[in-house]
Amino acid sequence: MTFLLIFLSFLPPNDVIARDRPNDAGSTISLHWNLSVDDSLLDGYVILKRELSAGEMDFEKIGSTVRGVTNFEDENAQDGVQYEYVVAAVKNNEVFHSAPSVPVASSPQVFHTGRINVLAAIAIFTGMLAYFVTKARSGKGLFIRKIAGLAAVEEAVGRATEMGKPILYVPGLGDIDWTATIASMNILGEVAKKIARYDTALIVPNRWSVTYTVAKEVVKEAFISEGSPEKFREEYVRYVTEAQFGFAAAITGIMMRDKPATNFFIGRFWAESLIMAETGSQAGSFQIAGTDSVLQLPFFVTACDYTLIGEELYAASAYLSREPLLLGSLKAQDYGKLIVLLILLSFTFISFFNINLLPILRVQ
Amino acid sequence: MKRKIPLALCFIMGISMIVQFFIPHPASLEFSSVIYKWIIVLMAFALVLAIGNLIRHHGNKIHRRKEDWQYSIVTLAGMVAMATIGLAWGIDPDSLYQRIYLNVMAPLGGTMFALLAYYMASAAYRSFRARSLEATLLLLSAFIVMIGFMPFGQYLHPRFPAFAEWIMKVPNMASQRGILLGVAFGSIATALKIILGIERSWLGGKE
Repeated sequence: MTFLLIFLSFLPPNDVIARDRPNDAGSTISLHWNLSVDDSLLDGYVILKRELSAGEMDFEKIGSTVRGVTNFEDENAQDGVQYEYVVAAVKNNEVFHSAPSVPVASSPQVFHTGRINVLAAIAIFTGMLAYFVTKARSGKGLFIRKIAGLAAVEEAVGRATEMGKPILYVPGLGDIDWTATIASMNILGEVAKKIARYDTALIVPNRWSVTYTVAKEVVKEAFISEGSPEKFREEYVRYVTEAQFGFAAAITGIMMRDKPATNFFIGRFWAESLIMAETGSQAGSFQIAGTDSVLQLPFFVTACDYTLIGEELYAASAYLSREPLLLGSLKAQDYGKLIVLLILLSFTFISFFNINLLPILRVQ
Repeated sequence: MKRKIPLALCFIMGISMIVQFFIPHPASLEFSSVIYKWIIVLMAFALVLAIGNLIRHHGNKIHRRKEDWQYSIVTLAGMVAMATIGLAWGIDPDSLYQRIYLNVMAPLGGTMFALLAYYMASAAYRSFRARSLEATLLLLSAFIVMIGFMPFGQYLHPRFPAFAEWIMKVPNMASQRGILLGVAFGSIATALKIILGIERSWLGGKE
């Protein structure tokens, strides 16, 4: 059988198509071909290319694939230079060349067409945000449901003042690039304003150096905006450590030593959430938590008096400040969710007719 | 002016990074790369401030002989020792710095993590006391899921494991997705509010 194969000729792959890879920074050409009809008997394929502008050059090998593969990406193309490609079938060191592809040149793109859906979503959402903010600015009242955890903030600060004990505010373990941490900083600003009105001590331990500097400025600005800059103390905002469980150990230490009247756990948390919340609960502190981490929410719900679930964390700043512009943005969020819900329901209904619209939502 | 400059910077950088997401051109990637290098430089400056704060806080604690001040000595000594060892002998995989890290820091972190099991037991006891309808439902679902994922569940009834899996995959997953949807919109809204200058709590609120 082997003897026979040596004297047989094999058909090469056909329809070799070379095109500039879309939505990239250039330098890449995508190749596609139809398999040789003898694919199952081959060792594989080699890919060859030549530059057209350099005169009559020979084809050079740039890569290879195993049999059954129909595509390849040449990531070493020079932008603007025309190339021709050939795919050759290989069997026992014998090669059987395809016809060359149509000449092609790579180029960088200035717009990612695979992200049009994201752009459309941002545009629609920004439009809704602008509409509701304008509506709020015109003075029309917007109904916002009561969020128990946020309504309890005033009580929490008052309790600490009456007891003469500090308030512990943990802004999560995420760095400043987590949206939950940014939301936490906004809430910290509002909580610090309330603290500035009373004569209560505040402890804000931080895991990251950048969150430490931001938290310090937020608290300082809150005290200034309340007309009590003299009440602000440098020791209110602290840097602790970047080590996850080292940070958890430090927080539990603060809870057991200083016995804060109220603990806030607002931001992004991981496995350490229950260690901190349960220690606070055992120390008898009043506790308000808020996170967008679905896995940590049950721990906070169990160990804390109030928990801001998911989006309530992002609504907190608007709820506490009662600024009409911020309240308007909450309405935009609600209508955004309604639109997504309608899209999900309509796509589900359309799928009953064997039409799959989900690729429209896929982000490249 | 003190607020207008940060707001303007926030707007310019926020819009630039959104636009960058839609442009795959090398110039756009280079811009993004430069910004990330700036972030690293800013983080280095912030770290100096943070370490200054750490030294000041623990220094004050030792000076004023506050409760448990001895631990502050350990903290400062540890920080100085690790920095000195790292700077003097490097942080290669087989260096003294890495050996201390792997043999002291890692086990200490593991010990804290291990404590979680005990905290879980006490939290579970508190939440599973059937004092309300919600707590009773929680207790019931937890019981079904726990038994269902144990071999004993199969023994009780052949459909027990499938029911436990259904609880996890349908009602549990549906509620998780609902929360995640809200979180996604909240994140986008927060980002847009800060970029557009609507949210100013981080600057002390309204002017």
